[in-house]
Amino acid sequence: MNIELLVKMANEISEFFATESPPAQAAEDVALHLRRFWEPRMRRQIIAHARATGGAGLSELARRAVETLAAAPPEPA
Amino acid sequence: MFAIDYHDQGTPAPAAAGAPVTVEIDGQAISVPAGTSLMRAAALAGIAVPKLCATDTLKAFGSCRLCLVEIEGRKGYPASCTTLAEAGMKVRTQSQHLSRLRRGVIDLYVSDHPLECATCAADGHCELQSMAAQVGVTESSYAPGAVHRPLEVDRSNPYFQFDPQLCIVCSRCVRACDDIQGTFALTVQGRGFDSKIVASEGQPFLASECVSCGACVESCPTAALSEKSLTIGRERTHAVTTTCAYCGVGCSFSAEVGGTSEAPQVVRMVPNRNGDANHGHACVKGRFAYGYAMHPDRQLKPMIRAKIEDPWQEVSWAEAIAHAASEIRRIQARYGRDSVGGITSSRCTNEETFLVQKLVRAALGTNNVDTCARVCHSPTGYGLKSTLGESAGTQAFTSVAEADVILVIGANPTDGHPVFASQMKRRLREGAKLIVIDPRAIGLVRSPHIEADVHLQLRPGTNVAVLNALAHVIVTEGLTREPYVAERCELPSYQRWKAFVSEARNAPEALAEATGVAPELVRRAARLYATGGNGAIYYGLGVTEHSQGSTAVMALANLAMATGNLGREGVGVNPLRGQNNVQGSCDMGSFPHEFSGYRHVSDPQVRGLFEQAWGVSLDPEPGLRIPNMFEAALDGTFRAMYVQGEDFVQSDPDTHHVTSAMAAMECVIVQDLFLNETAKFAHVFLPGSSFLEKDGTFTNAERRISRIRQVMPPRAGYADWEVTLLLSRALGYPMDYRHPSEIMDEIARLTPTFSAVSYEKLDRLGSIQWPCNEAAPEGTPTMHVGQFVRGKGRFYMTEYVPTSERVNSRFPLILTTGRILSQYNVGAQTRRTDNVVWHAEDVLEIHPHDAEARGIAEGDWVGLTSRTGETVLRAQVSARIAPGVVYTTFHFPQTQANVVTTENSDWATNCPEYKVTAVQVVRITQAEAWRARAAQERSAARPRDAVHA
Ligand code: SF4
Ligand code: SF4
Ligand code: SF4
Ligand code: FES
Repeated sequence: MNIELLVKMANEISEFFATESPPAQAAEDVALHLRRFWEPRMRRQIIAHARATGGAGLSELARRAVETLAAAPPEPA
Repeated sequence: MFAIDYHDQGTPAPAAAGAPVTVEIDGQAISVPAGTSLMRAAALAGIAVPKLCATDTLKAFGSCRLCLVEIEGRKGYPASCTTLAEAGMKVRTQSQHLSRLRRGVIDLYVSDHPLECATCAADGHCELQSMAAQVGVTESSYAPGAVHRPLEVDRSNPYFQFDPQLCIVCSRCVRACDDIQGTFALTVQGRGFDSKIVASEGQPFLASECVSCGACVESCPTAALSEKSLTIGRERTHAVTTTCAYCGVGCSFSAEVGGTSEAPQVVRMVPNRNGDANHGHACVKGRFAYGYAMHPDRQLKPMIRAKIEDPWQEVSWAEAIAHAASEIRRIQARYGRDSVGGITSSRCTNEETFLVQKLVRAALGTNNVDTCARVCHSPTGYGLKSTLGESAGTQAFTSVAEADVILVIGANPTDGHPVFASQMKRRLREGAKLIVIDPRAIGLVRSPHIEADVHLQLRPGTNVAVLNALAHVIVTEGLTREPYVAERCELPSYQRWKAFVSEARNAPEALAEATGVAPELVRRAARLYATGGNGAIYYGLGVTEHSQGSTAVMALANLAMATGNLGREGVGVNPLRGQNNVQGSCDMGSFPHEFSGYRHVSDPQVRGLFEQAWGVSLDPEPGLRIPNMFEAALDGTFRAMYVQGEDFVQSDPDTHHVTSAMAAMECVIVQDLFLNETAKFAHVFLPGSSFLEKDGTFTNAERRISRIRQVMPPRAGYADWEVTLLLSRALGYPMDYRHPSEIMDEIARLTPTFSAVSYEKLDRLGSIQWPCNEAAPEGTPTMHVGQFVRGKGRFYMTEYVPTSERVNSRFPLILTTGRILSQYNVGAQTRRTDNVVWHAEDVLEIHPHDAEARGIAEGDWVGLTSRTGETVLRAQVSARIAPGVVYTTFHFPQTQANVVTTENSDWATNCPEYKVTAVQVVRITQAEAWRARAAQERSAARPRDAVHA
């Protein structure tokens, strides 16, 4: 899928949780949102993108969230 | 003329039913609630008092003097319609003297009324005719004198006509237009013999303010106002109670049927006075615009083709289904299980929607199923579930009658939800206050006897900023309801939210530059909502279809919780749903991440329940949403889809992007009434059935489940649910249901909020608002009573994040989109009816300043360009829209307004941002040449669209 679009979407989700969640929790909440609502190929692609580019285009929070997502078990919570 | 299966009680039931009182009528004792008229009490006892000016949808008027009765111990002959029952009254409805009086009244009426009943449209159902028979008058005893004829019949309205010769000036039509519809289009002009009914300033109906709701026609006792379908002599044999298939109000109708038993025909659709959503009212769409069902454009034969460039080939059902199934299996074998999916429709029934998602999950083994609600109300689901615990509106429509302050944001009820708007307008005329938050001066802002107390005319895309500013005022001025919050909400979330909205950057003054709204207006609105009594919020797609759609829904829920406006009559947070079954399609598990009843597919317990019932193992991962499907199609990982009753090529944003994706698919199966825009990209076409041709249920915006009942056999041979069964069987996953009621039984078994729903109960109660289960066996009109569904209400932080779609020198105006009264959604149905007399094309509303700066005059052709595309339409210069903003609708495929909308979407749900697109508008002289050039550039351009401008 269009990676620019996925990056934009991940950033927008992060913008919400940046104020919604306590700082220590925000990356986990974004990752959870991705697990619950993104189809696996979208998740795989953003993880691959983050790994390949170091998270190009991703905001700091989104980048941490994708890292969290990559480290978590494949089953959504 | 009301429905042929209706028994009029003469006057309405009292609004607030008092303690019972017992009266004796013609020797029969009857108990009725205090406030009931004698006429109604008699009707309830089975005694029909003659009447002409009274009917039970209108307040008694007491003008015809036909309903006179005798009351023991009282002098004179009081009118039974205006006299209330009092304990111990003894009433006589028949006596020689009464008969004489009544004959005198009728004699006078018929002296000025043609008596050619046998050829009249109302013959057999005319109240004057039956009253004359009841009192024994066959002809007038008056010498022929001055009579009202000949008079010209007004046939200007496409659906009904006014024959003043038949009018008895009972003023029922005038009162219906005023009290029920709230349009005030009719008046009685003149006095005595000269009095007559006129529309607006004596104009033909079509040119008047009339919105063609048909309320006057329904309430007229004679054929003076009558449907044209009756005047061509169509007989009606019976009536079937069913539900409108247009908008989310879900009005109940009596479909009056004639024709033969082999070829039944709908002669009239009459609003059902016992309908729980509409109480006998309707709008021009449901009431009159049903002719599309019989339109010659209906494609009634299945068709297939190998490539979308090939001509269609008509085939048998068996061949089409076998081909569709083998293509899906071929594609899955080659590209993997998840390379296919399906789309359910908010225009189809709950049962059909449930079956399509079941087919996708169980037969195809993937969760790639989504619904068109994705592009309208998915943020409602997310926002309300997060804050309150349930993905649905909180009230019944009737709750508005208890509201003191009504806040309408991003909705245009008089056009989009007209029958509910009439209920709302009635409450506003009674004195409720009105706050409108909308970039446009929608109809409600100023209409007869109604004026908004505050109109916040914000810039499109700044809802969240305005809602935060409202919250700021409420919190910093101490207008919250602390005891309510303390008892019912999660306090830590409340404290954080309070601190957040109190920040100076959320003050109306600080946000004024972004929102374009004067701070003092925001302050006034906030004080009014928080302190004016029962505050009720109604919102529509102007809230959800934004990049912050879900945030805005949460912001609304926050406001309602903080001010204690949830959990009783008269308050609430109420989404006004667009299509008739948006609520239902969401409830039925159409979203890729959840089963029916909004339960995530990853929940092992829930999944286990479905696995056991369906006999297969199910995928625990969320599937693709509609926009993701398009992306995956362009990637080559998504190749086949089954689309039931949905036309996303016209309705979804950024048309070029959608069409490129569709062109990349290997097998698209479209099931629809018409060869729509999406069918241009289809390989298999399966004929759909209209709501008249099947059984099922729809769920309206107030969670009300109502039956639709079959009026005629499916024109193409199968109802939509049967087609899904055929396809599933061909895929090797047979599902056995003999009737939609059995599908509902399965839904009830698998869905806790539906567990006590059945067709038997729906037939008995008329309709049911879910949750309907052991705890609430007859349903739940008001939600969150006592406590929220999620337990404690949860406040969410709603940081305002401006959309990335910004105006610049190339695209200096903001386009926002909406609906108009006479057309519906992509217009597939309404465009195929006479409703086009009101709206034959999409137009672009532009403020006089912006028009003048561009040399644009009313009616000029203009080119509308955004970074994604361009289209041509006519300009309508209008001060209803703010400078810098333009507005259009997307009812017509010629315009393809969505060519210019973008790929931006709600952060949480991917609901597209239809409401904000940066555009330029230029005057053009050669519309066709411009259109052709645009089309050419389109086909030459881009395999896919750039994402960032
Ligand atoms: S048009 Fe019908 S409803 Fe209206 S005043 Fe005449 S008879 Fe009565
Ligand atoms: S059709 Fe409706 S709006 Fe028109 S005159 Fe009759 S009641 Fe009024
Ligand atoms: S208000 Fe909606 S449901 Fe009612 S008749 Fe009109 S379109 Fe149909
Ligand atoms: S019906 Fe009572 S006065 Fe007309």
